[in-house]
Amino acid sequence: MDTLLSGFQILAQWDVFAALVIGSIGGVIIGALPGVGPAVAIAILLPATFAFEPIVGLTLLLGIYGSSMYGGAIPAILINTPGTPVNALTTYDGYPMTRRKEGHRALSLAYTASFFGGIFSVICLILLAPLLALIAPHFGSREIFLAAFMGILLVVVAHRGQTFAAGMLACFGIFLNTVGLEPVKYTKRFTFDQSWLSSGFDLIVVVLGLFALSQAFLLLVEKDHAPQDANVQGNMFAGVKELLGFKRIATISSSLGVLMGMIPGVGEFTAQFLSYTYAQKTSKNPDAFGNGSPEGLVASEAANNAVPGAAMIPLLALGIPGEALTAMMLSVFYVHNVIPGPQLFETQLDFVMALYLALILLNVIVLVFLLFSTNLLLKIIQIPTRFLGMMILTLSFIGVYSLRNSITDCAIAAGFGVLGLILKRLNLPIVPIILGMVLGGIMEVKLRAAMAAVKTPIDFISRPIAAIIFVMIIGIVVLHIRTLILEQKAKQNPEPLGPDYEHSSQQG
Amino acid sequence: MTRIKYFQELFQRYRRPGDLVFAIIFLLFALFLLSQLGEQTKWVKRTKWFGQPSLWPSIAVWGMVIFGAFHLLGSMVSPRIYGRLKEVLFWLRSLEYVLYFLAYVAIVPLAGYLPSTILFAVFIILRAGFRRPQHLALAALFATCIALIFRGFLQVKIPAGEIYQHLPDALRAFALTYL
Repeated sequence: MDTLLSGFQILAQWDVFAALVIGSIGGVIIGALPGVGPAVAIAILLPATFAFEPIVGLTLLLGIYGSSMYGGAIPAILINTPGTPVNALTTYDGYPMTRRKEGHRALSLAYTASFFGGIFSVICLILLAPLLALIAPHFGSREIFLAAFMGILLVVVAHRGQTFAAGMLACFGIFLNTVGLEPVKYTKRFTFDQSWLSSGFDLIVVVLGLFALSQAFLLLVEKDHAPQDANVQGNMFAGVKELLGFKRIATISSSLGVLMGMIPGVGEFTAQFLSYTYAQKTSKNPDAFGNGSPEGLVASEAANNAVPGAAMIPLLALGIPGEALTAMMLSVFYVHNVIPGPQLFETQLDFVMALYLALILLNVIVLVFLLFSTNLLLKIIQIPTRFLGMMILTLSFIGVYSLRNSITDCAIAAGFGVLGLILKRLNLPIVPIILGMVLGGIMEVKLRAAMAAVKTPIDFISRPIAAIIFVMIIGIVVLHIRTLILEQKAKQNPEPLGPDYEHSSQQG
Repeated sequence: MTRIKYFQELFQRYRRPGDLVFAIIFLLFALFLLSQLGEQTKWVKRTKWFGQPSLWPSIAVWGMVIFGAFHLLGSMVSPRIYGRLKEVLFWLRSLEYVLYFLAYVAIVPLAGYLPSTILFAVFIILRAGFRRPQHLALAALFATCIALIFRGFLQVKIPAGEIYQHLPDALRAFALTYL
């Protein structure tokens, strides 16, 4: 109770609260703009947050992360264009509802389901916090190494149909992290005697290039277009009561969101896929899915909005980011010398509580904001895409240049911008590169520390948690092989590959 | 023949035009890194395998080569998609904006953040095909707001422009700190 109160006290500071409001409302607008996801916004704002207190910076980024998917549902439902890639599934049932003149119902249902998912995940976190505080100290070097390895493995196998691409890009990320002066033996690695390579590749420079600059180049080179004019009429509170009729689907979808958010390397897409499949299989009207089923809409929105809160678990408890956005947040911790991990729960539980409370508050702020200002947002998002490209390019400059005032950093970021553009055009995933960079570094340090106390290979997995993670890794590999065999058998009755079967591999 | 067909089916995958070009370039890059592995990383004496500086670069580069080879194989055995050249030209067109971006980076320390950002935003908007005065005015307004918020209000670390030294005394100090 005391920690809860001190959490409230932290949140009551004016700068923390201002960051929360700006982050939440800004996140909704960013999410609603097709072409700018939370990853672009977080990448741009990241260096600016280094000047703030860690709690202020993190609250701002968390606000953007947690609210963008609310905003992304608006264009998905009204104009059949997802605001963020995660909202793609929302178009399946949201847009047909709009065509039936039920846009207001679909929107309010999406907002309420997202709110339910968001709050559900935070409640799970608060309930899990004491348990995490109990378990987290048992995570030593070998457990963290195994968990990071599991994260890499999952991010590779979760990209179904693109496993090799995800694998090679994850390894590329690990490689990027190794470039420069090695900190223990002080030997150079892949520097080619170039002084600009000696300090290695900064994560933020790479992130800004891959997410923000790539998006700016893409929008500027692609044909210009602006989201069509749309407005919504009718009672925006219609779905609030209606959600009560879908309690079961909302609860199970949110639980799947929490579960998938907690597991490193897996995220919104898997959570949505599982919850949508579950909702369809258990529905009395499965044929309506894809044609404007409120159940499908609830399943998709509740699941994706439960992920951000849960994704904070591995980050806070173990210092292991599960996806690109939490990987970016990790750098905020490092800059301020706050090391996320087991000690955080022992020494700064009020800080963790403040973050959880911020998550609850942001959901409330966003829901109230959206119920009253959807039509206003629809006007804001009609920015032509090339104009948006200019805006992102201008903002990206601040992000990269303000780090070290280095022209080299800007050139490196621009190079990664072109790489990101190519990957986005090919629909190859960017996230494995970022996770490879972050988790690769963690694995290198933790393996070195862990092996000092290991005499035989079996020692490595002799502790209970290490053994459990090891069994999980084996399970993932076995299940993946089984899925591949089943898919190969299913190819005997092939289904046509077309645009309807393609989903975005991009996150944020 | 059946075996070849089965092999093709095993590695066939969904892809977009230009995938083969990227797969080839990536594998060549990975092979180049592999060829440099001995030269660019050290195997240190009296250090166990897990502490070797070359361990993780080796894992990463070998991973890039193996996964990259399978990725290329998948691309080669999948049905051809037309539009490869058009796609590669699209990638190359982005270099034009890279050039503008780097020019902007070079100008900021000379001309100052506010003036160069306004110039850059208006130029990019003109290059992107906007001609209406309200678009240009909006771009200039956006640039001004960004410069004032980030350098003036948030005090983000961006050097003052050399050009500010030539401003009148009353304006110089203000420009050096806030613009």
